Amino acid sequence: MSFRAEALAVAERLERSSSLNAVLAWSRPALEAEAARVEAIAPTGPLAGMPVAIKDNIVTTELPTTCASRMLEGYRSPFAATVIERLRAAGGLVACKTNLDEFAMGSSTEHSAFGRVRHPLDPDRVPGGSSGGSAALVAAGVVAAALGSETGGSVRQPAAFCGVVGVKPSYGRVSRFGLVAFGSSLDCVSVFGRTVSDAARVLGAIAGHDPRDATSRAAPPMAAPASQADLRGVTFGLPTEYFPADLDAGVRAGIGRAVARVRDLGATVRVVTLPHTRFAVPTYYVLAPAEAAANLARFDGVRYGVRRGDGLDLRLMYRATRGQGFGPEVQRRILVGTYVLSAGYYDAYYGRAQAARARITADFATVFGSGVDALLTPTTPTPAFRAGDKTADPVQMYLADIFVSAVSLAGLPAMSLPAGRSEGLPIGLQIIAPSFDESRMLSIAATLEPHLDPAAEVR
Amino acid sequence: MTVWETVIGLEVHVQLATRSKLFCGCSSAFGDEPNRNICPVCLGLPGALPVPNSAAVRLGARAALALGCTVHPVSVFARKNYFYPDLPKGYQISQFDRPLATGGEVRCVSPDRGVVTIGVTRLHLEEDAGKLLHDRIPGHTAIDLNRAGVPLAEIVSEPDLRSPAEARAYLTILKQVLTYAGVSDCSMEKGSLRVDANISLRRPGDPRLGTRTELKNMNSFASVERALEIERNRQGAVLDEGGRVEQVTLLFNPDSGTVRTMRSKEESHDYRYFPDPDLPPVVVSIDWIEATRAELPELPETKQARLASSYGLSAYDTGVLAAERTVADYFESVVAAGADPKAAANWVMGESMPGYHDAGQFVVSADRLAALIDLIKDGTVSHQAAKRVFGELGAGPEAPRAVAERLGVRQVRDDGQLRIWVEQVITDQPTEVERYRAGELKLLGFLVGQVMKKSRGKADPNAVSELLLTTIEGS
Repeated sequence: MSFRAEALAVAERLERSSSLNAVLAWSRPALEAEAARVEAIAPTGPLAGMPVAIKDNIVTTELPTTCASRMLEGYRSPFAATVIERLRAAGGLVACKTNLDEFAMGSSTEHSAFGRVRHPLDPDRVPGGSSGGSAALVAAGVVAAALGSETGGSVRQPAAFCGVVGVKPSYGRVSRFGLVAFGSSLDCVSVFGRTVSDAARVLGAIAGHDPRDATSRAAPPMAAPASQADLRGVTFGLPTEYFPADLDAGVRAGIGRAVARVRDLGATVRVVTLPHTRFAVPTYYVLAPAEAAANLARFDGVRYGVRRGDGLDLRLMYRATRGQGFGPEVQRRILVGTYVLSAGYYDAYYGRAQAARARITADFATVFGSGVDALLTPTTPTPAFRAGDKTADPVQMYLADIFVSAVSLAGLPAMSLPAGRSEGLPIGLQIIAPSFDESRMLSIAATLEPHLDPAAEVR
Repeated sequence: MTVWETVIGLEVHVQLATRSKLFCGCSSAFGDEPNRNICPVCLGLPGALPVPNSAAVRLGARAALALGCTVHPVSVFARKNYFYPDLPKGYQISQFDRPLATGGEVRCVSPDRGVVTIGVTRLHLEEDAGKLLHDRIPGHTAIDLNRAGVPLAEIVSEPDLRSPAEARAYLTILKQVLTYAGVSDCSMEKGSLRVDANISLRRPGDPRLGTRTELKNMNSFASVERALEIERNRQGAVLDEGGRVEQVTLLFNPDSGTVRTMRSKEESHDYRYFPDPDLPPVVVSIDWIEATRAELPELPETKQARLASSYGLSAYDTGVLAAERTVADYFESVVAAGADPKAAANWVMGESMPGYHDAGQFVVSADRLAALIDLIKDGTVSHQAAKRVFGELGAGPEAPRAVAERLGVRQVRDDGQLRIWVEQVITDQPTEVERYRAGELKLLGFLVGQVMKKSRGKADPNAVSELLLTTIEGS
């Protein structure tokens, strides 16, 4: 199919899927122009003509970037993110900008200023978050792949909920230049794909050192995943902390089935322990808000975005702009972040959280140093929950990330692979790999993929 | 009335002389049209990220080493959080608990205590903020972000200074060292050197520090001294009356010479510093530090000592010559071109420096100045005539000797011509000649002067006086 035909086809599908509310910006003329532009620069790239949906916290020059916030309504960036440039250089098309929890803060895409995203299989349920729009579009077959971002599981968790592949690379593997910052030490541009191969192709296209991001690493390039006949010689660890007694029965059954397949394929499976896992969520909810409070300080109504209280005293203008521009979850995290960095509290919160982060990271290093090649865990403690179930209790919402935050704190690569369904809802198998070992992780996933039967009920 | 001891510590910000900003490629030039040198990074646009400028780290380290600081192999950029419209990101990238360098010292001459050593607590790197313009658009405040992100080194002194005059002496030496090291042009007018001063009073001998106040907005070293004097007197009066000094930040008004409260302690910020996650620690190797140290030029103190020992110059002369590296270098070039050191020092200080300070450069090359000094030494021109020649030298290629010819100021040593003038003077001044013969020897000077006048300055005074003596005494 020509680039233009791909663009027109995706436009049709975007139109038909509008009830998902997964998209914040797209247009047919923009898509046609994108196809012409990309075909001119990369007629034969590895992604040649592949439409890719972009989470709306990654800046683009043609379409606005709002982060699903009133604060940036209509904001258009004068520059494009490195990942957008690389995507296009590989022949990929920016299909649309997708809905998210405001500034990527949330686990259900209910915290969008522009309305919640519906789960493609059940409109009363959430697609997960914060990259819920991207996940829903891939699950609905609108696009084959999408970019999301992770700070603490925001791609793996919605991938699990929606039944698609979600890959978070190692911190530093993909440039953050042009990703609107939330928790800078955690943020990773990450990818969704219908298949391991699609996700890996997109990740391969956007990965690599970027001189504009001082935290990006000059790591060896990722090899394309090689699907093997079996998993002989591979040792997997099952961390006990990820299989608590109250784990959802469907999730337990799904992961149990997946582990059985792994054994069938000749792999060794060992029970391992990551003793500091229980500190991951509280640690994350100290560090990420602390960084967010600083990162979101630039939204002050002075230079761009909305301004409220124009003509008032400076303090009142700040108060009106930030009070009205940010939604409640964003305000909550800014307040938490400000609090934990305040004089007299820094050591008790931020300091201890940094120490906990080091322990969590060391747990993984110990396990990977003991002959384990990758870890297998559930991606989420439950399948997709109903909209409104957790919005009243922030802590319940935060606990939806219980199996994904430790990996983010440790900066490791990890992915969620569809592993079957429970009562019609997808279950995600999480594969966690050592730092910068994405190639191996993706090869394992590609080998396992045909054996997981993702559409089948697990019980 | 108690005599209070004054305790002063200074925080000096100098702009590092890089071409581009600390975290982006924008020009750090001064005086450009507002908002010309800006980009997504220094504007703090969503998604933009800082990347450290290694030239700024190098200059910061060089400044630190010139001040005798220890440069740390690992230092950390931190975010200093506060809201202000001139601060695009809502935080300033600075260094906090792990600065680039610590523990240096500056030696200066205190008017009250002689040579004193002032501790340098730390030197850290940070980015500058923008500038609010209140007079560009009526009824509105505009923001110029050209300066946002320009690299600064903040140099914090120990509270070792004991008087406003001492603070000024410290600043003078600090500026000398930093300009020598080539890290900054240290111009208060251009804002590339800014001073905040902390001052407190205490009873002499009390080891504890009194409550301090911070002074800002001084626009020259003289106004730093003046602001500190005013604030010292104000605190003294408060304490004399049994009052307590409040910890406040004060704004100095250089026009009226007054201070006013900018903010109280209660209003002071909690900056909530934390390591900037966008920036890995600044890591430098021991080899790199030593290579940077090796790049340092000879610093003023060493240079002054060497000028004294190598050329036998007075402390005053070496102080003046070594105050600026360019002046000292020029002086040494003049000597290297063959001039007598003492004569060269006098010429550089007396004739070359005023022009240098006006033009920003030495117009007369060192070779030509040395040639001019040589003309005096060999008697070709008188000292007075040489000054005229110097004034005509300019930057052109004409040799001093040729200029002297052109001006007709070559000294006349030709016996025949001198004899004519001498005879005339003896004839014209019979009374003075008689008195000289009668023993009033000091009249010789007068007679030489008369001959010089007759020659319109061209006669060689030594030859004239010799000839006068032989003529008067021989007749």
